[in-house]
Amino acid sequence: MEAALEIHDLAVYYGKRRAVEGVSLTVGRGEIVTLLGANGSGKSTTLRAISGLVRPARGRILYDGRDITKTPADRIVAAGVSHVPEGRDVFPEFTVLENLLVGGHTVARGEMDERLEGAFRLFPVLRERRLQLAGTLSGGEQQMLAIARALMTRPRLLLLDEPSLGLAPMLAREIFRTIRTINEDGVAVLLVEQNARRALRLAARGYVLETGRVVVEGTSRRLGEDPRVRSAYLGLAKGAAGPFMNRPA
Amino acid sequence: MRRAALAIGALALLGWPWAAPPYFVFLASLIVVNAIVAIGLNLLSGYTNQLSFGHAGFLAVGAYTAAIVATRWPGVPVVAPLLAAALVTALVGLALGIPCLRLEGLYLAMATLAFGFVVVEAILNLDWLTRGNDGLRVPVAHLGSWALAGDRERYYLVLPVGAAMVWAALNLARTRTGRALLAIRESEIAAQASGVHVARYRALAFVVSALYTGVAGGLFAFVVGFLSPDAFDVFLSVDFVAMIIVGGLGSVPGSVVGAAVLTVLHDSLAGFQNYRPLIFGAILIASMLFMPGGIASAFRFLKGDRV
Repeated sequence: MEAALEIHDLAVYYGKRRAVEGVSLTVGRGEIVTLLGANGSGKSTTLRAISGLVRPARGRILYDGRDITKTPADRIVAAGVSHVPEGRDVFPEFTVLENLLVGGHTVARGEMDERLEGAFRLFPVLRERRLQLAGTLSGGEQQMLAIARALMTRPRLLLLDEPSLGLAPMLAREIFRTIRTINEDGVAVLLVEQNARRALRLAARGYVLETGRVVVEGTSRRLGEDPRVRSAYLGLAKGAAGPFMNRPA
Repeated sequence: MRRAALAIGALALLGWPWAAPPYFVFLASLIVVNAIVAIGLNLLSGYTNQLSFGHAGFLAVGAYTAAIVATRWPGVPVVAPLLAAALVTALVGLALGIPCLRLEGLYLAMATLAFGFVVVEAILNLDWLTRGNDGLRVPVAHLGSWALAGDRERYYLVLPVGAAMVWAALNLARTRTGRALLAIRESEIAAQASGVHVARYRALAFVVSALYTGVAGGLFAFVVGFLSPDAFDVFLSVDFVAMIIVGGLGSVPGSVVGAAVLTVLHDSLAGFQNYRPLIFGAILIASMLFMPGGIASAFRFLKGDRV
């Protein structure tokens, strides 16, 4: 399978602090891949490096075979990589519509209406609330808006940073269903998620990061059976199994 | 209702020179000039969070440019010196804005503060051009055969220019460019992730802000008729910052109201010249403490909008 995204030996430092140290991963075209790991393990930083929000100290990032390691963020967006930042980072004082228009910043004027229509089709609630300030939306609606905003450019690769963080389980499920719908249109997804169980159910493959390095990788099935993943991220003791033993990770 | 209010407001503004004594016509012109600066500063500070304490410097560049052009080419239509002021000041804004892209907060404030001092020094040293400390007399502005010799005529020059700039600033928020600028203020990360080239827009904000202030400077030159470097000291820059804080960061109507309030206050406190920084400082602190969104947010609150 031709890769949508290939990362070789990525390292990112914030000053002297090493956030990411030698991460390599691939995301196939149309594939969903998840990045698991504790807080501060370098998941978000990896996404930021891909979308050009931080400059890697080392390593190469290829999107569709093209080197985008040093490409500025706006050109990466235009090339088809969209990033939904952590924490439902909507523009709170903008209306829903204005948020989407900024999402379409790199989109030609003539295409804007069609893109907006696509966003409202995917999230009908946003159409109802299009003139409401984004800061007054519920958490789930803000997350939908953040995703819809990222989709305005019709990306081929979507980077999602903790889309279910702080959401009620029902809303989280809905967000995950939507991610699947988006993926079914052929969009590759790199998903950072705290809820490892849910992420592994959605993704085909996954990588586990610890202090900036990949410690385990493989298919979701393999990761789900890996004892380290089970104990650290699925909240299961070694050997223990069954849905009744589950604790949130 | 809104249209009626606008019409009444426009009529009041147009009729002002016939209702008020000349000094108050002059004062109104000054308010418009300051309002243009406040809008320009707000485009920079309110829209993209780049606080500037150097806008008196931009005003000086615009004022001297307009005065010099009008002196060199007597009788030239007033549009020419104003355009020259806009252009030159915008270029200076670009030259200052690009190195300032790497600076934030306090450091940016210091860099712009230094810029203000540099401009005054430059005016003092380029005395073959600016007549230095002696000051520069600004010739009467001309529009065709019409000489704008009185306060009333100058008011009618300043008012439409000011109105056009208010209109442009109001509409900026509805353009792709304006939205990108505001998005940077709302969330730099999200703006960047949406494909907004943050550095380019920051620099653009500097240029547009300088352009506004340059036009205001050109008008200022004709309104006051005499320029000297001490008129553009750091306290003037602080006054501009006070205008947008009192009026409301990021609000165009707030900029206008803030400029009006501070200009009138300035004028009525002329007798207490020595206490001016004290009084203005107190106003600044009070409005930041009790009215962080400025007068604009107070209006919004009264209208029942969410702030």
